Amino acid sequence: MNTLPVTEADLHAYVDGLLPPSRRVDIEAYLAAHPKESGRVNAFRAQNAALHAQFDHVLDEPLPNRLRGSTGLQRRDWWQRIVAGLLIAVISGSGGWLLHTLPVADVPLTQNVAADNAADQRSISLAHEAAIAHVVYSPDVRHPVEIGADQEEQLVAWLTKRMGSDVHPPKLGKLGYELIGGRLLPGQRGPVAQFMYHDLAGQRLTLYVSTEQTHNKDNSFRFAQEGPVNVFYWIDGKFGYALSAGTDKGELARIATAVYEQVEHQRS
Amino acid sequence: MPDASIQLLSCLPRLRRYARALMGSKMEADDLVQVTVERGWSRLASWRRGSDMRVWLFSIMHNLHVDQLRPPSVSTEVLDGDTPMPQVNASQANRLEIRDMESALQQLSAEQREVVLLVALEEMTYDEVAASLGVPLGTVMSRLSHGREKLRALMEGGALASPLKVIK
Repeated sequence: MNTLPVTEADLHAYVDGLLPPSRRVDIEAYLAAHPKESGRVNAFRAQNAALHAQFDHVLDEPLPNRLRGSTGLQRRDWWQRIVAGLLIAVISGSGGWLLHTLPVADVPLTQNVAADNAADQRSISLAHEAAIAHVVYSPDVRHPVEIGADQEEQLVAWLTKRMGSDVHPPKLGKLGYELIGGRLLPGQRGPVAQFMYHDLAGQRLTLYVSTEQTHNKDNSFRFAQEGPVNVFYWIDGKFGYALSAGTDKGELARIATAVYEQVEHQRS
Repeated sequence: MPDASIQLLSCLPRLRRYARALMGSKMEADDLVQVTVERGWSRLASWRRGSDMRVWLFSIMHNLHVDQLRPPSVSTEVLDGDTPMPQVNASQANRLEIRDMESALQQLSAEQREVVLLVALEEMTYDEVAASLGVPLGTVMSRLSHGREKLRALMEGGALASPLKVIK
């Protein structure tokens, strides 16, 4: 045998799975002949496992309340501040994009901000909040939702109870989008729901449902763009819906139409 | 579409997990995460596109942590009714083991703890750890080796302290 001598660094790299397969074989042979070193290696592996067992749950935790207290900000605002700052930092470099919604429906941007149109303001903030929630949660690989689609009944029961209204995720399988699950988020005056879907390519889509709209009869579709995220949104009575994704406007409009038809049907 | 902001956001849960293990206190951990994210956000323009966002953020956190360790200041904690409840899903035996691990971890030096956690919990390569902490690779390996040995001694010492001693 002409293998390299086994070093302390080799043993650690073995524990951490950082060795190429050929070298692993060398180390395994060495350990078989050296029980004391083998015991150390096993203890180090147990340490790795114990650390994961103890701390991995932090990955699932929502942002704790104490951060709101210390910053004097609402949790959502804290995120919003970060996300807004990030988007501005990223995009201002490449063309002066502003963190504004760009409605295409019927009202130019400047008039939208007029104070006499509070309902419009509210629907714009709906799109804005939905886009932020999309940016925050959709990239999350391990924990995109609180309750998964495998527990859809539980998800519906929980959201319905917390929102005080019937809230069901629309079925978008025919359009190629499968439900991943949903979560509850803080809205301006109460809870809002977010459902997440993905297509075969892993492209994610979120539907944001709020029940805090003030009886706006105008339920026409509107479109907004928040950085990389496109949003279709509409108001229907107290319900506000916003569909967000990185997909193009045409595709998103097609899905928004399907969502609209289903929720109308559910409500009638 | 995976731009810098999204990359930064996706690192947040891991920053929190690492900070919790490093600081031993949830409040201090979240303080550290918050200043790290704020600093990262304000310096996002200086992040080199294509370089590793995670290493960049962990190095910011490391520098802030070192700054915190430097002055022997009196730490203050805000106590309020929002203090979250601990997780209670572990069995009795697991809980004891976990407490041992947690207290053992806090007995390492901060330098050893950082390296052990970046390797064992964050699963960085040794080169990534060296880049995050701004130390040579040899220093990383030495701290890792000493840190793991000390943890092992502490955990085994804990077992010996139990009333059921093995007498040979």
